[in-house]
Order: sequence, then structure tokens, then C-alpha cells
Amino acid sequence: MARARVYVTLKKSVFDPQGNTIHDALTSLGYDRVADVRQGKYFELALPDVGADEAKRTAEEIAHRVLSNPVIESYRVEVEP
Amino acid sequence: MKVGVVVFPGSNCDHDTYHVVKHVCGQEVLFLWHKDSDVSGLDAVILPGGFAYGDYLRTGAIARFSPVMQAVGEFAKKGGPVLGICNGFQILQEAGLLPGAMLRNRATKFLSQPVHVRVERDDTPVTAGIAPGTVLTMPIAHGEGNFYLPDEDLDRLEGEGRVVFRYTSKDGALDEASNPNGSARAVAGVCNEARNVVGLMPHPERASEGELGGVDGRRLFEAMIHALQHA
Repeated sequence: MARARVYVTLKKSVFDPQGNTIHDALTSLGYDRVADVRQGKYFELALPDVGADEAKRTAEEIAHRVLSNPVIESYRVEVEP
Repeated sequence: MKVGVVVFPGSNCDHDTYHVVKHVCGQEVLFLWHKDSDVSGLDAVILPGGFAYGDYLRTGAIARFSPVMQAVGEFAKKGGPVLGICNGFQILQEAGLLPGAMLRNRATKFLSQPVHVRVERDDTPVTAGIAPGTVLTMPIAHGEGNFYLPDEDLDRLEGEGRVVFRYTSKDGALDEASNPNGSARAVAGVCNEARNVVGLMPHPERASEGELGGVDGRRLFEAMIHALQHA
């Protein structure tokens, strides 16, 4: 069984209000060495009876078509056979 | 004239919209279920506000794949007027029928408050006959209404005259304080290239009767009805 991990993050040029709020909270907690926080999403797709190459293709397609919005987000896919 | 109001699981402004079209504007209206795949016989389609599919994944991201959206896409392609209000606007963006995407509000808070929007264009079905520069007061109610489009795309959108509404002061002035959610260039509503699909974040259906505090929103429904009756 292949397992695909999909990471969806806001593009660098896009302001992240949630990450910004978390960063402010960290700063007020004294974590002043944290320069920036970006919040993202993480998905695990279970693909039984699917080979690694096909799992990668399928996960890429799903990440592009459904899990991310190309206007604001980019994605990265990792597959574990 | 017959208007369809789409109901997704999680829509919550469907009945308000139905009420305004039917009882305030006196038009025939029917609900379309998200599983319907036929919008024939309708003169206009409205996607109401709410939290379609719980706004899971992203606002509008799941709703765009429902059968009715295929039919709405074809209806729009043929020039049929489509209005997306709040969550309906977000769904139209996810479906690729309108440009841009919504980020979390700048202050990360859900905002429920009246706002002033300036009408920028009178060449869309919902603003026909409303002079550009007119300021309308309507409520907003959203957590993700922070309109985003990369600068160069926004330049092009503006060049094509597709920004239909902008957040302003009550006098129509652009200033930071009047932009409730941090939207790029204070964009509150846009249209597609053919100008028959319009989306806006404020809720015109909540500002259509004096008893509810204002009637500015009614002008959008009336404009659309008038445009269709005289088409």
C-alpha cells in the first residue's frame, strides 16, 4: 500500500494572517528567535494496491485539482511505497 | 421571470434570498439542490451565502464539484446571469468562474457588520442603472473575505473594468479604515470577462427591507430583474 503525504502552503507572496497571529503569540511567549511563521495544511492519502509511481501521479493530480488553490497555494507531494 | 437559488448542504442565506426575490421583488423563484444538474428554464441563478460543505478544506472548495455547479458553469457560458453572494462568491472563485481567492480576514476575526461599498461599474446585470460612484450600505458576515489576486493579475482585472464593488467610506472615499478585511485594493466584488457572472462579499439580501435596517441591497436584485425583463 502506498501512502502519499501532501503539504499545502500559502505562496511566499501571499500574506498569512494566521501565521502572523501565531508569530505574534510566540513573540509574546518569549520565543523571540522565531523570525516568521507560515501555517499550512497536511494530508495523508492511503492508496491500497497502488504502486509508488501511480500513487505519486494520482496524489499530484489530487493536490493540484482539489487540495490546493493555485491562486494562493502551492503543494508538495511525498510518497512512501 | 424565474430565478433559481442554489442550496448546498450548509447554505444558510438561501431562504433569505428566496424571500427577497419572491416576496420583496415579486418574481418567480425556486430552489435548486446541489445534486440537481439541470438549470434549464431559469433566467438567472443565485448562489447564496453560508458555509457550503462546512467550508471544509477551503471555502467553496468542495461545493464547486457538486453536480449543480457543472450546470451553473454551462448556464454562465451561455451568458446567463449568475450572482454569487459571500460563500456563493467563494464557490464561483473556486469553480474558476470568477477571479481571485479569499484569504482569512486581515484581523483573523469573523466580521459581521454593515459596510459601505462603492459601485464601480454599471455594465453588469446587478448594477445596471446604478451610477458608478453610488455608495451602498450592506452587511458583511465572513471570516474569509480578504480578496487576493497577484498584483499583475489585479492590474489586468482593473484594466478590463471588472472590479464591480469596492469597500469605501460612506462618502465613497478609499481609505484603510473602510476596508474591513484587508482585501487587495479594497475589492468587494468582481465580474467575469463576459460580465454576466458577478460575485460580492456583502449580503444584499440582508439589506432589502426597511424593517431590517436598509434597502440598498434590493437595488441589485431589482437591477437584475429589470435587465432581464428588458433584455
